[in-house]
Amino acid sequence: MIAEIGLAALWLAAALAVLQMVSGVMALRVPEGEAAPLAIYTRPAAILQAFLAVLSFALLLYAFAITDLSIKLVASNSHSMKPLIYKVTGTWGNHEGSMLLWVGVLAASGGLLAAFEKRLPERTMGATLAVQGFVALGFYAFLLLSSNPFERLPVPADEGTGLNPLLQDIGLAFHPPTLYAGYVGLSVAFSLAMGALLTREVNPSFARVMRPWVLGAWVLLTLGITAGSFWAYYELGWGGWWFWDPVENASLMPWLAATALMHSVSVLAARDALRTWTIMLGVLAFSMSMLGTFLVRSGVLTSVHAFAVDPERGSFILALLGLYIGGAFTIFALRAGAVAEGKRFAAASREGALVFNNLMLSAILAIVLLGTLYPLLTEAFDVRVSVGPPYFNPASAIFAIPMLLVMAVGPLLRWRADRPARIQFEILLIAAVVIGAIALVSFFGSYPLLPLLGLGLAPALAVAAVLPLRGRNLRRVPVATWGMVLAHFGVAVSLFGMACEGAFTEERLAAVAPGGTEQVGDFAVTLEGVAPVAGPNWTAIEARLAVRQDGGKPVILTPQARSFWSPPQATSESALLTKWNGQLYAVIGNRAEDGRWQLRLWWKPFVTCIWYGGILIALGGVLAIAGRLRVDIKRRRAAVRGAGRRADLEALQPLPVPAE
Amino acid sequence: MIRPAVLAALALLAVVLPGPLGAQDTMPPAPYAYQQLDDPKLEAEATALMHTLRCLKCQSQSIADSDAPMAGDMRHQVRSRILAGESPDQIRAWLIARYGDYVSYQPEVNSITWPLFAVPVLVILLVAGVLLRRLGKRRSDGGEAA
Repeated sequence: MIAEIGLAALWLAAALAVLQMVSGVMALRVPEGEAAPLAIYTRPAAILQAFLAVLSFALLLYAFAITDLSIKLVASNSHSMKPLIYKVTGTWGNHEGSMLLWVGVLAASGGLLAAFEKRLPERTMGATLAVQGFVALGFYAFLLLSSNPFERLPVPADEGTGLNPLLQDIGLAFHPPTLYAGYVGLSVAFSLAMGALLTREVNPSFARVMRPWVLGAWVLLTLGITAGSFWAYYELGWGGWWFWDPVENASLMPWLAATALMHSVSVLAARDALRTWTIMLGVLAFSMSMLGTFLVRSGVLTSVHAFAVDPERGSFILALLGLYIGGAFTIFALRAGAVAEGKRFAAASREGALVFNNLMLSAILAIVLLGTLYPLLTEAFDVRVSVGPPYFNPASAIFAIPMLLVMAVGPLLRWRADRPARIQFEILLIAAVVIGAIALVSFFGSYPLLPLLGLGLAPALAVAAVLPLRGRNLRRVPVATWGMVLAHFGVAVSLFGMACEGAFTEERLAAVAPGGTEQVGDFAVTLEGVAPVAGPNWTAIEARLAVRQDGGKPVILTPQARSFWSPPQATSESALLTKWNGQLYAVIGNRAEDGRWQLRLWWKPFVTCIWYGGILIALGGVLAIAGRLRVDIKRRRAAVRGAGRRADLEALQPLPVPAE
Repeated sequence: MIRPAVLAALALLAVVLPGPLGAQDTMPPAPYAYQQLDDPKLEAEATALMHTLRCLKCQSQSIADSDAPMAGDMRHQVRSRILAGESPDQIRAWLIARYGDYVSYQPEVNSITWPLFAVPVLVILLVAGVLLRRLGKRRSDGGEAA
């Protein structure tokens, strides 16, 4: 019954998406101010649709939790012996389940928007929800027509096939939902942009409605990328934290667009400038989410993330991609001329700096997009090209370095127009830190150019991040400003981690007999022994490593080489020793013929800063949301109080005016 | 970890490597697959080179980041050739001759890859153009802005 109810809920939700769309369009067709008879269904349809889609996903979760092997999806992606947590998280570790999650989050965010957003004009809201319904409808069609998650098997299977062991990891279990929620949050920004464009309501109050969605999506994308990078670092067993893999790029591209959009929408909200630019970035950000979904879901890339290798599905998503992006850009082209440019500003102003950096972010996005799609393009003509770190690193640095320099100065500038001479002390300070740090590092050794530049920029950015607080009463600084300071500081921290990892990593690969000792960095690592261990669905060999720093007390590390049996696959579980100034990374490999074991050891100074930085950036985003919400609530309360007072005054009006 | 092998790469491998492919997993890895060179300078040279060579059996991993047996063999090749006094460029040329351009991540301009280099230049020009249009002209009419 579970599967049938789930499927019925999906069909009903699809029908409601149609109603939401039609009724939203009806609201647009009547002239402003008049009531459209059908338009009243938009909000209830969106809310009910959200409930049904979430219900459908919850039922699939339940089917996975109890391992209902009569459902094809469960039988081919789960196993009764898996730990419960991975049974549940396995729901989205496959094509159909992850698409249902996508649609569930999409419907839920549409429902939230319909239920709680009361600031927008009704017509704009109708148009927004119509677009949201239209987007949802495409994905319902995709699920119901080509990837039904609730398909039954004619005969229930005896046992499931299991889940890719690499995905049986807490880091990766929660990485996709975070990322998806981010992608889908951008869909709301997209619908709002389209709604505002259709009803010609591109103005600061619209930007204030859009801002929390963009910020929220951006926070989730930031966390998702950070988690994904950390997962790659400890699970793949070679200490790399970013591979410029197409799947990683698929999550980076929406983040770049969302970062630009977030800054642009803030300018629109605060200064009523950059109207068309904000709309265009809104379309671009969602296009990148769709493209990411297409790349990962269609199977054009064959990697751990690509579970579907069915060309039918690929072409379906490609058609959806063409329809939505093509449609959006057509509307944009038709309507952009009607949107006035907004307030003007000088080159040396905060807006000017933001425009510069938005362009740099877009340029990096273009490079990543090119590098990701170009090999696919040539592959279609049977020529295989490799585009990897040696291309991406320098090509994106061309734009990233000017961007980081402007990021340091931008928040110090005033809105609209400013004289650079006014902040010459700050500019000189930042320049001095960059040059000083680079000189200091070069004095101690020679390092590759990019890590060296990173080591120079990181401390300067850290100083620059707190400079906007200079001379202000810290208790009166708005929460949102603290958010900016924290996020920019996070960029500095993350950059510092990346540069240190690039410049100072020490590597030791060796075959070690039990009892033997290897040296890496300040650490002496002794292989005390190797023993077999077993888990619920794997067996492993586990090494016991005693790690001594400068002859101090030993710490025991236990890296494992695991063999999963369903499906059969080997993974290496690295062991990490975290110090304040870096991480020791240990992996046990195969046994050589002479009885020695291969050990791979790295000392990676400050590598953890990469992910701490990511968390700080996300936290900055959370503070910004909290700050804006607080101001909004205050304003609403004030408005209610004001209205109450006005009502009181009016009530007093009829009082007899004292006659003379 | 071993990412799912690309079928095409496997086919390529079957053509390029003579001998039983199935036996490869059970064969002990070549000595320099998991062992560093004694000379730190040579090792650094080898590591830098390995990071720019693609593991043909993996997805987007260099041979320096992979457990695939083939990546191990290639690491052994790189290290022993560096030890024998070959330059990294010679080794790269030898590997490209053997496995095709696909094996190298090092960007090289040729008739197929030129857009990869032309587009960034175009993007720089485009960005400069937009900046001049959006920010450049404001200076002249800055006075009228309200």
